[in-house]
Amino acid sequence: MNAINQSGWKPEMVGEGRHDVKTYTGNKALMLEEPLIFEIGNNSTTGVDLAVSPKVISRLGNLERHRDIALPGLSEPEAVRHYTRLSRQNYAIDLGFFPLGSCTMKHNPRLNEKVARMAGFADVHPMQPIETVQGALAVINELAVWLIELTGMHGVAMTPKAGAHGELCGILCIKAALEARGDKRSVILVPESAHGTNPATAAFAGFSVENIPATSEGRVDLAALKSRLGPDVAGVMITNPNTCGLFERDMKAISDAVHAAGGYVYCDGANFNAIVGRVRPGDLGIDAMHINLHKTFSTPHGGGGPGSGPVVLSEALSPFGPLPFTERHADGHFSLVEEETAGERHPHSFGRMTAFHGQMGMFTRALSYIMSHGADGLRQVAEDAVLNANYILRSLEDVLDAPFAHSGPCMHEALFSDDGMAEGFSTLDIAKGLIDEGYHPMTVYFPLVVHGAMLVEPTETESKATLDQFIGALRSVAERAKAGDPLLKSAPHHAPRRRLDETQAARKPILVWREPEQAVAAE
Amino acid sequence: MRYLPLTQTDRQAMLGFIGAKSIDDLFVDVPAEAQLDGPIHGLPNHASEMAVERHFSNLARQNMSASHHPFFLGCGAYKHHVPASVDHIIQRGEFLTAYTPYQPEIAQGTLQMLFEFQTQVARLFGCDVANASMYDGSTACWEAIGMAGRITKRTKAVLSSGLHPHYVSVAKTMAKYTGDTLDTAFPELSAETDSARLLAAIDGETSCVVVQYPDILGRIEDLSAIAAKAHEHSALLIAVVTEPVALGAIKAPGEMGADIVVGEGQSIGVGLQFGGPYVGLFACKEKFVRQMPGRLCGETVDAEGKRGFVLTLSTREQHIRREKATSNICTNSGLCALAFSVHMTLLGEKGLRGLASLNHALAVRAADRLTQIPGVELINDSFFNEFTLRLPKEARPVVRALADRKILGGVSLGRLYPGVNALENGLVVAVTEVATAEDIEAFAAALQEILA
Amino acid sequence: MSRYYTEDHEWIDVDGETATVGITDYAQSQLGDIVFAEVPATGATLKKGGDAAVVESVKAASDVYAPVSGVVTEGNDALEGDPALVNSDPEGEGWFFKLTLSDTSELDTLMDAAAYKAFVDGL
Repeated sequence: MNAINQSGWKPEMVGEGRHDVKTYTGNKALMLEEPLIFEIGNNSTTGVDLAVSPKVISRLGNLERHRDIALPGLSEPEAVRHYTRLSRQNYAIDLGFFPLGSCTMKHNPRLNEKVARMAGFADVHPMQPIETVQGALAVINELAVWLIELTGMHGVAMTPKAGAHGELCGILCIKAALEARGDKRSVILVPESAHGTNPATAAFAGFSVENIPATSEGRVDLAALKSRLGPDVAGVMITNPNTCGLFERDMKAISDAVHAAGGYVYCDGANFNAIVGRVRPGDLGIDAMHINLHKTFSTPHGGGGPGSGPVVLSEALSPFGPLPFTERHADGHFSLVEEETAGERHPHSFGRMTAFHGQMGMFTRALSYIMSHGADGLRQVAEDAVLNANYILRSLEDVLDAPFAHSGPCMHEALFSDDGMAEGFSTLDIAKGLIDEGYHPMTVYFPLVVHGAMLVEPTETESKATLDQFIGALRSVAERAKAGDPLLKSAPHHAPRRRLDETQAARKPILVWREPEQAVAAE
Repeated sequence: MRYLPLTQTDRQAMLGFIGAKSIDDLFVDVPAEAQLDGPIHGLPNHASEMAVERHFSNLARQNMSASHHPFFLGCGAYKHHVPASVDHIIQRGEFLTAYTPYQPEIAQGTLQMLFEFQTQVARLFGCDVANASMYDGSTACWEAIGMAGRITKRTKAVLSSGLHPHYVSVAKTMAKYTGDTLDTAFPELSAETDSARLLAAIDGETSCVVVQYPDILGRIEDLSAIAAKAHEHSALLIAVVTEPVALGAIKAPGEMGADIVVGEGQSIGVGLQFGGPYVGLFACKEKFVRQMPGRLCGETVDAEGKRGFVLTLSTREQHIRREKATSNICTNSGLCALAFSVHMTLLGEKGLRGLASLNHALAVRAADRLTQIPGVELINDSFFNEFTLRLPKEARPVVRALADRKILGGVSLGRLYPGVNALENGLVVAVTEVATAEDIEAFAAALQEILA
Repeated sequence: MSRYYTEDHEWIDVDGETATVGITDYAQSQLGDIVFAEVPATGATLKKGGDAAVVESVKAASDVYAPVSGVVTEGNDALEGDPALVNSDPEGEGWFFKLTLSDTSELDTLMDAAAYKAFVDGL
């Protein structure tokens, strides 16, 4: 029964095609169109009040700006409304389920935002005297200790700014370690299921990249890997749990074989959320692994960054880690090892990767999250994440092809393919159909080893009720794709925009706003 | 546990549905010897919101914050007043908890914001196009050097001695592995930059010249002659801007012929945060757009012909090009780009010009006042909101003594250039709109006392 | 003049020592809407099987390989402004580059139209 209608008036749907009702504004009630700031602002409006400048004789070296920059301003109410309206055209974790595989879109606790904004962290300059930033260094150090303990590793490089930057850090450590022993190995082996950043990073560091095949079970082919090892192989980059959502059972054997052949093992830690508190990568022979604080440790993704990618290191690679880093002394005070003292404290460092000390604002958030969960809670995080993913896998394997489901449980994400769709229907249509159902789609077309891949990562911060509703929705959309429902082909129908023309965007790129042609002057 | 919605009943029901006896059945692929049998020993268990907050409050109190003390540090990170609405907007969940806009139909908010951001950055820098942001200024600087190498197919980069030494360090780290050679030098405590050295070094092998504007000592110089010489040899000029507020007062590098302009966007909308996260700005001439690193947002139309925005030219990126990508970067600094863009929209042309003018005026006042102290000399002929003083003694202990007096009084060149004796008396002082007349007076009085 | 094909879906029209190279209709149909093409510079020396050009659709970038060795005499500049030519007329106006062959015997390893059709049918 519907909710009680207190007005006494009985609402009725009159007629069909109500979506075609045109409005004067183009708005649809709460779905509001918003122009660009360049179309509503102007050069003489501002949303800030400034103190009056004292009169001085300019010392700008005769380089005063004369030309307008052409930066439109808005008053504060206009600006707040502009961005609030834009925000409502975004899907977000706060709004609903966001099962984007390998991205770990979990709830972002607001406590973390609060502590990061404390003036003692948010309003501290990176070059202040060390004596004035002891609390900030303590945060970095505490988080470092947690990361080392949770991974069972020897050291950690805190400065990398994101996952890919962390990968680069790990690969540069490997390169530096090889150079230190005068070894000219030049090949990095990467499984074909790897995230694209892996080969890009290895190539950037001057290595040549070779693929290793996967088995029919979706795991690294150990025999193929072993047969390729040799004196030219610097190391391997392996994601574990891998991008198919499976644990690499042979990880220890892979590490042992690579070490025996004189190479190093880099582990992409993007999927650490599946095993945190249950498995320590250090016990599997890993030499370096980046940790995406914005995935496992819930710092917000912010529409694409900022991230943070600390790298835990084995004893063999720790001496080569980047500058600067914090050091805790016996008396409890902290110092920062920078270029000045690196000669005596850390002589083999490969150098500096970024201007300052890493993503401090992400460190406070991640540490706040880690302390909130504690050792017991983090273990529960992994267990619930894995439980949720298996629940989805087993709930949908009858309607969607799940290529690796026969080989056992998945870890924190469930992988499906587009096998069995009607002619002309693909993964993309399923994704767009889910948008109409009120979900952010799963990761699509990745990993590349599965045709039309759909990678569903529910994370641990979703309730059973949410999962059940999503399972129902995905089942419904999948059945429409199998039946060849033409309305699915043109989905989404209810989003702020229909499918966008990416071909036009790429053929004639328009990357900045330009004033419309001045042809109107003649009118 | 407050972040975990599953109840024990849910877990049992779900395990039953899956056909697993216990959660351990789902971890069967992990070899037994690698499994931990319980929470890791020696680490604390979960904590209440109140307990965590208290812990952080205690640590925060151990730091001297810029908002509570007279503050004059710069050198790549600046303290400006950020309007309250900026922080409000970036905390809206639809921005804060969104992901990279891979599904454009439900990410137009982020995409339109990025398109506006790209336009603001391009205009500010005097360039045709800009990308959707990089990690920070130092990594943007290195990416620009790498891009110049791809365009010119040459490997020699000439770096101005006025480039932030940490940016130089980052470039040196990367160059070691890419085979680029960097021609570098230390600055001198002089009003003269090393443009003569740069002009002499540019030749047919040069890929790019990298000049910071204003430079690490706060000096400002016309880049036109360097641009002309670089172009004569088919090399590129890369300008680096670590204090974008300056461009409200002085000419844009693009106007003077820079081919690529990169910068640190922290000073607009983003807090100091002890060094990060910040936001790298990256702009260039249109003809180089396919060699650019990072994400790009472009305008297009949807199936109904409505204007919309998408990530575009993504074939340059790692997820498609893999080992042939222009860069290995995956995330950018989206939320910081939003903060930059909101602050810039609130300022507008008028506000940015006014802010720049106020910064410059206060810096001139402060420079005049500080140079009244016996033995203190101003190095700069020109500056924006940051200048370098030559003290009669080593600056590092002076900075510490100022901190003891609760004044955060600049960055000593000894900290930035350890072991370079010729620079050890140098103190770089930044003065922004947050410095009051009383702050400047307190700084001057304390400095005078320490130097006496 | 005779036309040959490669297993990487390039076609090559040979007229004595000179030749024109492009990608096949099958290749363009697999790539989808082409948004960008980069052709080699005049004077570039190409080695059989080496990278010669790049072709990009919205979601994929592919290398075009040199079917035979030679020196580039002309790149198709029209593709820069109108990459859609590769879709609309792949084996005509959408050509990529012309070159002078350095070893005509390399042509012996390529397929003729019938062999290529059989090859594509088998995919």
